[in-house]
Amino acid sequence: MTDRKIRVLIAKPGLDGHDRGAKVVARALRDAGMEVIYTGLRQTPEMIAEAALQEDVDVVGMSILSGAHNALVPAVIDKLAEYGLDGVKVFVGGIIPEDDVPGLMEKGVYAVYGPGTDTQIVAEEIKAALSQSAN
Amino acid sequence: MTRIDPDAIRRGDRLALSRALTAIESNDPAGQAALAALFPETGKAHLVGVTGSPGTGKSTLVNQLARYFRQNQSPKPPKVGIIAVDPSSPFTGGALLGDRIRMQDLIGDPEIFIRSMASRGALGGLSHSTAAFATLMDGAGYDLIFIETVGAGQAEVDIAQLAHTVIVVEAPGLGDDIQAIKAGILEIADILAVNKADLPGSENAARALRMMLEMAHGKGSLPAAGKHLRSGSPIGQEVTQSLDQGWDPPVQLVTATEGDGIPELAEAIQSHQAYLQSTGLWQAKEAFRLQKDLEALVRDTLMEHWREQVDEDRFAEVLTDLVHHKLSPAEALQLLL
Ligand SMILES: Nc1nc2c(ncn2[C@@H]2O[C@H](COP(=O)(O)OP(=O)(O)OP(=O)(O)O)[C@@H](O)[C@H]2O)c(=O)[nH]1
Ligand SMILES: [Mg+2]
Repeated sequence: MTDRKIRVLIAKPGLDGHDRGAKVVARALRDAGMEVIYTGLRQTPEMIAEAALQEDVDVVGMSILSGAHNALVPAVIDKLAEYGLDGVKVFVGGIIPEDDVPGLMEKGVYAVYGPGTDTQIVAEEIKAALSQSAN
Repeated sequence: MTRIDPDAIRRGDRLALSRALTAIESNDPAGQAALAALFPETGKAHLVGVTGSPGTGKSTLVNQLARYFRQNQSPKPPKVGIIAVDPSSPFTGGALLGDRIRMQDLIGDPEIFIRSMASRGALGGLSHSTAAFATLMDGAGYDLIFIETVGAGQAEVDIAQLAHTVIVVEAPGLGDDIQAIKAGILEIADILAVNKADLPGSENAARALRMMLEMAHGKGSLPAAGKHLRSGSPIGQEVTQSLDQGWDPPVQLVTATEGDGIPELAEAIQSHQAYLQSTGLWQAKEAFRLQKDLEALVRDTLMEHWREQVDEDRFAEVLTDLVHHKLSPAEALQLLL
């Protein structure tokens, strides 16, 4: 009988130095029973993909406050694919203008969360995203 | 069931290794299958346990050591594996694994593989799968494997059993008075690192530790490495003779954030490895660990078999009588076996 736990990488790409939001989400997901790997500030797409590979995570959550999401998110998703991690689900949190959301979703992000999102929703949608791909 | 190609792991395919680790941890039979395929080639890696209270600087230290071994060992630097274990929450089963934060320097070196793991309900600081992780990394060609774990309770015994070399990390000013260090932690230490030597109190801490070690080990007593081998080791008798040369656990001052003292610490790790190999303790430790692993496996398997065949109603009945003190635990056992 296998008992797989959901493993999530919470990453802070880019140069902004605020990781309060990232830490709040990380703790909430832990409290939802997940194993959360947190890697700290200023991660390059390469570092994120490396960590995702070594940790074999199911989900990567990126927190971006710098406004550079339109560059960073596609870069991370491309790196993940390059590493053979196409199956990994990606969500984005932070300050993301409404207009940018469709572009990010098209690139393969399954959800974008603004500041103040109920963390329980983040946890529920991770489970939903994973059970969908399992079918 | 996933399929994992052991040849891919052998070839250095890191995704295959990563998936195998997950399979092991998830009780997916594919994990054990991969491990079985690689097992004949394992037993080569040097397993170095790094333990100590929270916040003493274990991750920072492992980061520096890994970097040092990669840069300064010629002709061929070792491939370095790192297993960082953190406790799972007993209430939610979740875990926050943050050791990688201190190991960012190492990313980008394809010959370093870092894996965080949660203890998943195991009592000690290690998970049930930690030993299997080390074996898989060994099979993937990692020569030097660091296992970071918070020192608490049963963890000390576990890490001493698993690792060839145990580094106990202390630091001044944690409120955790050196005088209060449990004898247990000294007993398992092959090397003591007093980290944060840049902070006041580290010299005193090192001095206190040296004194305690002297008292604990004294003249003519068994060195730490031998102690936990004594009971139950199938070849324990043979090795105790060679223990006379002994190993005095060194106390090293280090500043992990700056890298001060890292070369000396690395040298102590290598000296300890040489000591184990020259005395036959290396094999003895290996044999002891495999015996313990096998015993644990037998215990778990028997327990599972018993669970499968025990009659639920009967069990509930006996349990009720036990709770009402109509039966003693031993009497209950007789009724259930
Ligand atoms: N002053 C000083 N601080 C240090 C030194 N080494 C580590 N630290 C700091 O101590 C804190 C904890 O370091 P970690 O490496 O995360 O400690 P750890 O033992 O791995 O912690 P846990 O895994 O949480 O138990 C960090 O803020 C480090 O920067 C040192 O040599 N000197
Ligand atoms: Mg740590």
